[in-house]
Amino acid sequence: MTMISHVLAANALITAFAAVGILMWISGAISKYLTFGRIHGSAIAIMLGLVLAFFGGLATGGEKGVADLPALTGIGLMGGAMLRDFAIVATAFEVDVIHARKAGLIGAVALGLGTVVPFILGVLVAAAFGYTDAESLTTIGAGAVTYIVGPVTGAAIGASSPVIALSIATGVFKAVIVMIGTPFVAKMIGLDNPRSAMVFGGLMGTVSGVSGGLAATDRRLVPYGALTATFHTGLGCLAAPSILYFTVRAIIGS
Amino acid sequence: MTISGVALLAICTLLGGLLGDLLGVALGVKANVGGVGIAMMFLIAARLWLVRHGLLSRGLNTGVEFWGSFYIPIVVAMAAQQNVVAAAKGGPIVVIAGLGAVAVCFTMVALIGRLSGRVETMDEIEAREAIEANVPHFKSGRVG
Repeated sequence: MTMISHVLAANALITAFAAVGILMWISGAISKYLTFGRIHGSAIAIMLGLVLAFFGGLATGGEKGVADLPALTGIGLMGGAMLRDFAIVATAFEVDVIHARKAGLIGAVALGLGTVVPFILGVLVAAAFGYTDAESLTTIGAGAVTYIVGPVTGAAIGASSPVIALSIATGVFKAVIVMIGTPFVAKMIGLDNPRSAMVFGGLMGTVSGVSGGLAATDRRLVPYGALTATFHTGLGCLAAPSILYFTVRAIIGS
Repeated sequence: MTISGVALLAICTLLGGLLGDLLGVALGVKANVGGVGIAMMFLIAARLWLVRHGLLSRGLNTGVEFWGSFYIPIVVAMAAQQNVVAAAKGGPIVVIAGLGAVAVCFTMVALIGRLSGRVETMDEIEAREAIEANVPHFKSGRVG
């Protein structure tokens, strides 16, 4: 037993790869057999991650979820700011500028609205729950944009870990609602053509939410929605810790 | 080479981080301002340049795309190391902010769709394409 934990601890990052991989297999199976593909496996994996962090936090009394367990310290490196930013930047490689131009003005309008409107809503809700500092308000607002923009923003402007966790939870909850809700409202919001799919992708933002929701609605719409959605995280990561943060700071005057 | 992709990605990330820090200093905040977003723009620009000059090799692609495909697992790991115990005390804020954001955005998709007029649905596009595929020679207006 001590030998096993020694190997796990000595190869911390490798252990993290294995642990996250196993978690994603389980999530994939849950997605397939329990939700019949309606909830994307990645959304389940993220929720399971948060659940594990909850129990990890209870068990160790620490602040870093499962990364406080000696065998799983590698999770801290794998999910830390360095590799996270590295991987997010890499997703920009999939953006095709020529295709993106086809989305045109209406896609850009949707992208702008999809960043600002959820942000304002998130900030208002955070304020209603008694948060008063610009960092917490901005981070929770950014979490309402997507679960990536939230922690990136929080880390950039120096929000506390509980607030960052809240922003992730908000973003993940939003993604899950988009995945589950989209097929039910598709007809009502006119989601049956490429253009509305692009508008949808720009407004909703979360790539896993958009691709999961559109896949459950009409598989042919997925690339159109994903096209604008891939811009969403970049735009949010750019705007939330800068323009939006300064605006919040100017308004509350601190 | 795969390493050229990884190195390109690393250089873009570092440059973005540096400029983000500089922007933060310029704006008077102790923070990195939009470093990730700036890095993404560098990478998009680099990709365009490489494609234009025919230098986008398969290995380079692999190097970048591996990390791009790795981002969901990394986000899972990120979720697993958050202070969720503290967040759980926030409770309803997550539900209200999440539900609110989705409801408002759904409404706006419907509004933008209505305001900007009707377009062909996916079914109509496929039906039209199927008809066009059957009579390809009349497209240019010439016979034969």
